[in-house]
Amino acid sequence: MMIRDLGEVIGQHRLFAGLDPAFLDLVAGCSANRVFRPGTVLAREGASFDHLYLLRAGHVGLDVVAPGRGRLRIQTVGPDDVLGLSWLVPPYVWRYDATALEEVRAVEIDATCLRAKCEADPAVGYAVLKRFMQPIVERLQGTRLQLLDVYGTPR
Amino acid sequence: MPDVRQSGAMGEAFVMDGGGIERLAAHLLAEGRSVVAPVARDGAVVYDAIEDPAEIARGVRIDSRPGHYRMERDGTAWFDHVIGPTPWKRFLHPPRETLYSMTRSDDGIEVEATPLPQASFAFLGVRPCDLAAIGVLDRVMTGGAHPDPRYAARRNGTLIIAVNCRVSAETCFCASMGSGPRADAGYDLALSELGTGAQTRFLIEVGSAAGSALLEALDVAPATEADLAEARWNAAAAADAQTRAIETEGLARDIRAAAEHPHWDEVATRCLNCTNCTMVCPTCFCSTTVEVSDLTGAHAERQQRWDSCFNVGFSHLHGGAVRQSGRARYRQWLTHKLSTWEDQFGELGCTGCGRCIAWCPVGIDITEEAASLRRTEP
Amino acid sequence: MLPGVGRVLSCRTEAPDVVTHRIAWDGWEGCAPGQFNMLGLPGLGEVPISVSGGTRTPGEVLHTIRAVGPVSRGLAALKPGAALTMRGPYGRGWPVEAADGAQVTIVAGGLGLAPLRPVIRHFAETARARRVRLVIGARSPADLGFLQDYDDWRGAGIDLALTVDHAPPGWPGRVGVVTDLISAGPGRTVAYVCGPEIMMRVSAMRLQALGVDAGDIFLSLERNMKCGAGLCGHCQLGPVLLCRDGPVLDWARARPLMMVEDL
Repeated sequence: MMIRDLGEVIGQHRLFAGLDPAFLDLVAGCSANRVFRPGTVLAREGASFDHLYLLRAGHVGLDVVAPGRGRLRIQTVGPDDVLGLSWLVPPYVWRYDATALEEVRAVEIDATCLRAKCEADPAVGYAVLKRFMQPIVERLQGTRLQLLDVYGTPR
Repeated sequence: MPDVRQSGAMGEAFVMDGGGIERLAAHLLAEGRSVVAPVARDGAVVYDAIEDPAEIARGVRIDSRPGHYRMERDGTAWFDHVIGPTPWKRFLHPPRETLYSMTRSDDGIEVEATPLPQASFAFLGVRPCDLAAIGVLDRVMTGGAHPDPRYAARRNGTLIIAVNCRVSAETCFCASMGSGPRADAGYDLALSELGTGAQTRFLIEVGSAAGSALLEALDVAPATEADLAEARWNAAAAADAQTRAIETEGLARDIRAAAEHPHWDEVATRCLNCTNCTMVCPTCFCSTTVEVSDLTGAHAERQQRWDSCFNVGFSHLHGGAVRQSGRARYRQWLTHKLSTWEDQFGELGCTGCGRCIAWCPVGIDITEEAASLRRTEP
Repeated sequence: MLPGVGRVLSCRTEAPDVVTHRIAWDGWEGCAPGQFNMLGLPGLGEVPISVSGGTRTPGEVLHTIRAVGPVSRGLAALKPGAALTMRGPYGRGWPVEAADGAQVTIVAGGLGLAPLRPVIRHFAETARARRVRLVIGARSPADLGFLQDYDDWRGAGIDLALTVDHAPPGWPGRVGVVTDLISAGPGRTVAYVCGPEIMMRVSAMRLQALGVDAGDIFLSLERNMKCGAGLCGHCQLGPVLLCRDGPVLDWARARPLMMVEDL
């Protein structure tokens, strides 16, 4: 696939929608279009954070394994979501397992490459960070709702 | 000025001597009505059913101030005692009543309606603020899609003899609420006490055909221009004597805007959440239902009882009360009276009787709190 | 306000504390989706319960009850043949006509699906089903109710998505909060939202962020109710008597009331 086409694909994702082509080309320079078969493990807890994913189709399960309780699914993410929100936070390590639940199509972004571009040009870094704040805050709010256990019977 | 004729048409005015009150009460009793009138009892002027006209309070005055109420013997006037702690709602919307009863059996449940009250009240001595309050209650209890049949039955059978005020208590503010000290509608007869001692007379204004029919039993003469002027002057003097007031212009809007006013916290430090204000308020109508069952559980009654928004359980939602704090509960009460009542029923829920001021054990004054809530903080 | 007597015909467990009773009641003439009845037991009392089915079947009505208090525990424990007191319907329900010509988003959290069920059925039976997105959230897979309806709704063309807050190992579905599944458009969208109050607030704000007009977002609110008929004063939410003016309010009206603490 041509780099220019990938920029357009990236521009169609909710995360980077509406940004100018020059920026999208910059991100595309760190990116690849990928398809994962169901069951593919995209990330392992503790593994080095090499890539993040802009999901275009299919769902990914995020699991934490707890001894005695088994594999706990903490969240599922899908189209227009981002897999890997902590790519900018040292020590660049995954905090959960991520497994494709269906055929997953995603833009895979090289985290080291994107970090380098953000470091090199603070304007790019700020633009990227602003866009990432949206899913980060949404996930924080969602996690709060889960914590509140709103459907639980008040005791 | 209406053309005064002996026929007693609505809007016409007559006079009778001071003793006419007892003749009126005797006539109403003879008609088989339950006559409720002011009675001096337990150190207060209490509205209660009388069996003898001599029971009607006479020659008493009250001293009513924030957190203070004293009844004193003074003179021979019939109605210079203004109001007592009992609101008339006690009779129209009683503190407890059985709605229906239920019996469980192997076949299921049988629901038995409690017969509708066959009330035939005559309220003698309803002050203009309380008359206005009865009107407010009428619209709450019978003005909606599901009128309360028990209230309606009692109300429909009730004759109202209003008495205009020529004396104001220190807690009165009806003039500012537009409900007194002179009644202009809603009564069958309206009386105004004129003169004192041997010169005591009553001006009688007719408000309904039922009121007009009562004139037959009384010894009345057409009112003179002087009688009417004296009654007007008395009411004006009572209004002028009022030291408390609530400015109603923009009131509902201002209180709505004050939902987060810091003054609520200040009131909350004084309010005991005792519910007194809601019990003595002539328009507070809130009720709850209570199940009263026998030991076997086979027979139960569903009773309606007065409730108060100052009770924590009032706003109970599975898990806990919505209004946990005294601040939230006082805000609910005052906001309902002076603002949201208008949204709900098209008028304010306060008629200026001042009972909540007198019977608040710590003397919280709704007129002062309303004014504070309309002040922006420095 | 004299109640009639209903008799439980059948019971279906929806979730651990939740049961749906099919109730025969002579006095039932149907109602608008979103209205409620007062259900009671002698010696225990009455509680408001939304109609979860039977809005158009005189003589027979469905109520879904969660056992949380003394009365609802008693009601939930009723077995076929048992009697209860019934009166209603009360309140103003979901304005389904507001969705004419619009996309529809229905958001149900937990037991909030019960009062929405008549609305979903209404749309499932019309040609508009294909313009309806239904998102359902629950605490866990075991708490998802009305499972037997899902196939019917999907079959009618409704786009149904489910999620749970907490999943046991092996759950193949989605995990996360219901607000993550909310979508709107294209074009004007009308939304019907029911669930715990916090979840409704978050959902309404999400819908608004997606461009849905506050006047097109409808919520069903809950406060203590004793009479159901606008006479007892318990269900006040500021200027609103919920039993009379609600329980369904639009977000434009509900928002300022829901944002005042302890109102």
